[in-house]
Amino acid sequence: MSSVTVRRRTPGAYALLVSLIVLALVMLLPFVIIAVNAFKTPAEYSAHGPLSLPKGLYLQGLKDFWQRVDFGGKLVNSVIISGSVAVLAVILSVLNAYALGIGRIRGRVSIMVVLLLANTMPQEVLVYPLYFVSKKVGLYDTRISVIIIFTAIQSAFGTYLLSSVLSSFPREILEAARMDGAGRLRILWRIVVPISRPTLGVLFVLFFIWTWNEFFLPLIFLISNENQTVPVALGVLQGQRLMDATMTSSSALLGIIPAIVFFLIFQRTLTRGITVGSAN
Amino acid sequence: MTQTLSAPPRTATRKPIVRRRDGISYAVYLVPSGVLFVGIILVPFLMNIGFSLTTWDGIGKPRWIGLQNYTKLFSDGDFWASFEHNIALVIAMAIIPAAIGLVLAAALFDVIGKRFGPRTASILRACIYLPQVLPFAVAGIVWAWMLAPDNGALNETLKKIGLGSLREDWLGDPKIALYTVMGVMIWVQIGFPLIVFMAGLQRVDPSLYEAAEIDGASWWRRFWYITIPQIRPELYVVLLICTVAAIKTFDKIYILTKGGPGGATRVPAYLSWQNFFEKTQVGYGAAIATVLTLITVVLTVVFLRRQDRLERADA
Repeated sequence: MSSVTVRRRTPGAYALLVSLIVLALVMLLPFVIIAVNAFKTPAEYSAHGPLSLPKGLYLQGLKDFWQRVDFGGKLVNSVIISGSVAVLAVILSVLNAYALGIGRIRGRVSIMVVLLLANTMPQEVLVYPLYFVSKKVGLYDTRISVIIIFTAIQSAFGTYLLSSVLSSFPREILEAARMDGAGRLRILWRIVVPISRPTLGVLFVLFFIWTWNEFFLPLIFLISNENQTVPVALGVLQGQRLMDATMTSSSALLGIIPAIVFFLIFQRTLTRGITVGSAN
Repeated sequence: MTQTLSAPPRTATRKPIVRRRDGISYAVYLVPSGVLFVGIILVPFLMNIGFSLTTWDGIGKPRWIGLQNYTKLFSDGDFWASFEHNIALVIAMAIIPAAIGLVLAAALFDVIGKRFGPRTASILRACIYLPQVLPFAVAGIVWAWMLAPDNGALNETLKKIGLGSLREDWLGDPKIALYTVMGVMIWVQIGFPLIVFMAGLQRVDPSLYEAAEIDGASWWRRFWYITIPQIRPELYVVLLICTVAAIKTFDKIYILTKGGPGGATRVPAYLSWQNFFEKTQVGYGAAIATVLTLITVVLTVVFLRRQDRLERADA
């Protein structure tokens, strides 16, 4: 009886729904404005301003921008860097978490605290020594340098997260495998990794997106045009203030599309990861 | 009898050996990361402290000057100003988003989710979360352009609806640039507390709410006396992560204002970068970075202690 009255859609509840929809629209407004202006001709823009709807689908602005900054090349760089970091950091996180969460080796609490601190440190405190050393060893302005650095940074977080997940790994399964004579590496590869795959999937997606969105270190380490990632290329262009309004919109639109794709993948992986986790 | 007597020593000597072997072979799995950690994080961190004790242009030979960079830092008005801007960013990136996120999470979970269906709630949540997945380079371009003084969308809109007198040079006027940046930061940030709090609310026992409803507690009382205490762990985590992120802010400032106009939005991370790469005062930049790190480490340790105490109190 009480639950029926509680769930009724009162006028107050409708008012709340409407105000939340308004808020959601305000959050989306910048995206809408970009989408509207990316397809306008520059003449149309100067005649009617940023708020009018485009008369037709003008794609030249997008094409010009794509060619001018070699957007395809930037996408490839971003995919290579984020993908490599995500794969390597997941592998390292699993190895570490195996030793810390399941192996429970001595000093694991201190190791976890150090990793958490390393993860909260500002990158400014590492940047100059890394810059200096990478110049000395000839790795400056290479994608490999950025991959190595972010693998270290992301796996510090991944180890922290995954160790606590693996420390509640069902012991009976491990015991049973040990009884069957499985070695440690075999147990890791055949049992621990397959069972924790949903969590590893979430980690992979997180590492990929985080690395994709990184700005500070790539800005410093990837100075030549052919090595730059998407955010760095866009950020540098914005800093030069050379773009007109429609080109700005085109650049933003092209920058948003990959993010939306990740967002959709992320929503799925996250939901799946959580449901599998709760089923255990 | 002899058997039972000899048995305990045997197991006693055998167990430590097995354990030690365990320890060693598991430690092998830490080696690749250990090497990487030392090379990429530990050694550079120590080198940075070393640099901060020198005066150096990055090319010649660094000259040892002890703690002079740090004493200079404490009397440097630019540094203190940048630090104040950082506090403004903590308010805009941690405190306000956490407060708004809390109310939104409770409203979406408690009212929208229950009366209009979980689908409606999750669509609204996704819209509010969207700015979080965008690289800020992209969001920053959009905002810088919308806030532009001449033909930016915001000023154009104000003109269209007859509020032309409210037009401003949003990011270019030293009096309001910091507030504009704060506004953009709130837009970027509120999605994060929202999803964490909504996930936290899932594990709150529904019977608590039902009991309170039967007792006639208003929505506000339920929010204050059930929701907030129940998701306190999430609240702490969000405040820590967002505060640390606010203190480390670099990219948002670089893209929106470059610290300008006239240093009105400069933050320590940006000041440190300027000293490293624009002014080539490496020692001074390193000192700023070290102080910044110290602040984040202290915050994290205080948080961990507190969390530890809370967990112990719960158990």
